[in-house]
Amino acid sequence: MARPEPVQQVKRRRDLALKTLVDSVPYAGFLGIIFERHGDELTAVLPYDEKLIGNPVLPALHGGVIASFLEVTAIIELSWAMLWDEVETGRLTPEAMAANLPRLPKTIDFTVDYLRTGLPRDGYARARVNRSGRRYASVHVEAWQDNRARLFAQATGHFLMPPRGNG
Amino acid sequence: MVGNSPQDFIEALPFARALGMRLEEIGDGKARISMDWDPRFVGDPATGVIHGGAVSALMDTCGGAAVMSYPGALTTATIDLRIDYMRAATPGQRITARAECYHVTRRVAFVRATAHDEDSANPVATAAGAFTFDRKEGR
Repeated sequence: MARPEPVQQVKRRRDLALKTLVDSVPYAGFLGIIFERHGDELTAVLPYDEKLIGNPVLPALHGGVIASFLEVTAIIELSWAMLWDEVETGRLTPEAMAANLPRLPKTIDFTVDYLRTGLPRDGYARARVNRSGRRYASVHVEAWQDNRARLFAQATGHFLMPPRGNG
Repeated sequence: MVGNSPQDFIEALPFARALGMRLEEIGDGKARISMDWDPRFVGDPATGVIHGGAVSALMDTCGGAAVMSYPGALTTATIDLRIDYMRAATPGQRITARAECYHVTRRVAFVRATAHDEDSANPVATAAGAFTFDRKEGR
């Protein structure tokens, strides 16, 4: 039996692959979205910033910020799930990824439920891939602020998967 | 709505300002808002195509503006919004959204919207949503 890979090496490879993926999306950086990882589970974090406000009177996060946060989370989760096996087996190194960025899933449709006002503080989101076939995928996303059980928004989206080589 | 000119409506919303939105036309339950292509708004660097979320933000703002311009409207908030993406917006081109508040009840406004780039014959995206509707007192 082969010796297991040292844990630091595993973590470094996964973190670097995730960073390469997220850094490749300029709009995620524009919004300030970062991703935390535990194993293969991702949590998106949207740190509060004044420019994210839509209603200055309340004040509340802009509905478009919330939709964007959920859609970024869905696409990164779906891409991460798509690349995970290749990253784990070493067929795709973070360096190769950076040199030749993977094509991302394309949104077909996206429906957002605004459940509560987005407060002027940090937001969190997690996406679940309910179905991912060769061509189409369905993803659900939940977002919350202070309490995990009190969602302030949720969304469902359908995506067209990019062609992937079998090599 | 804050301010007197239509553009003040946009300027009062920090995120609409951050995306560089321009209010082209508003009134009677209809609005038209545009947004320039910007490298910071790109979703897929391989193609330079703007992120769907930025298009959503434009559609949501335009939908909200349409509701606010409906006679008697006081405040509004999005209840839900569905966006269908027909095609990728051409990189470098300005995107324009048109929204229409086509029906209101006592508490709810129904909105549909479309977005185009400089090819006005082929929509980039369409949207349908429900918004809260609060009326001014004392009609």
